[in-house]
Amino acid sequence: MMSPLQVIFILVSAITLGAALMVVTTRNMVRAALWLVLALFGVAILFVLLEAGFFAVAQVIIYIGAIAILMIFAIMLTRRIAQDPGPQINSTWPLAAVIALAIFGLIVLFIQGWDKTMSTPPALPDGFAPLSDLGVALVSANQYLIPFEVASILLLAALIGAIIIAWDRK
Amino acid sequence: MIPLSWYLIFAAALFSIGLFGVLSRKNAVAILMGVELMLNAVNVNLIAFWRYLSFETMAGQVFAVIVFAVAASEVAVGLALVISVYRRRQSIVADDINLLKY
Repeated sequence: MMSPLQVIFILVSAITLGAALMVVTTRNMVRAALWLVLALFGVAILFVLLEAGFFAVAQVIIYIGAIAILMIFAIMLTRRIAQDPGPQINSTWPLAAVIALAIFGLIVLFIQGWDKTMSTPPALPDGFAPLSDLGVALVSANQYLIPFEVASILLLAALIGAIIIAWDRK
Repeated sequence: MIPLSWYLIFAAALFSIGLFGVLSRKNAVAILMGVELMLNAVNVNLIAFWRYLSFETMAGQVFAVIVFAVAASEVAVGLALVISVYRRRQSIVADDINLLKY
């Protein structure tokens, strides 16, 4: 007998994987972007199931609020292509499917042979606040200060680079 | 409760679907969508490992934050490239962007 959480997990993951399949197969790019939003929502629900509420919120704000909307803008700015009547998929797609299935099979094989796939997560202690721990970990010099700063500089450099690349010099 | 292996298999499936999209799509924006799916699969794995194996240390969550930053940078630069290429060549089909091939 499955517990309610397991039923929720199976439903959400089935919807997410179905939406992801639509993202990579739909011909209309605007619809693909909307399916992407659904898939990202499914992942946000999985973050809630994993008791990482901050990441569910960040997923909705950053991925759906910024990245997916940016993609819809890019699709609309390149509109003639979005309505391209020809095939939207390479002629070598069977090879791509074989590679993707092979990698999926390999990963599942490794997971099956691994003895640490426990069935229940350890209980969180009372008063455990992952969000404040995460905040402290990101700015402590003996924890993850350097990776955090490197990520910040990467983001800054990428945004400046994006402005320069997309600049219309004419 | 939900076994850890369910999350891992879900993430593997999401990663493979994203990989299929990256390898098979013609439109450059669709290739970026495939990359987004793959990065999301990685994030599910990181958070699942954090929750099940080491919730006292914050390493998994910190790396998930960094993956978020990398995903945002990647999509910003990628879409800027798409718009720049479209302006010059009137096409964002990956097969047509072959100037560096010769």
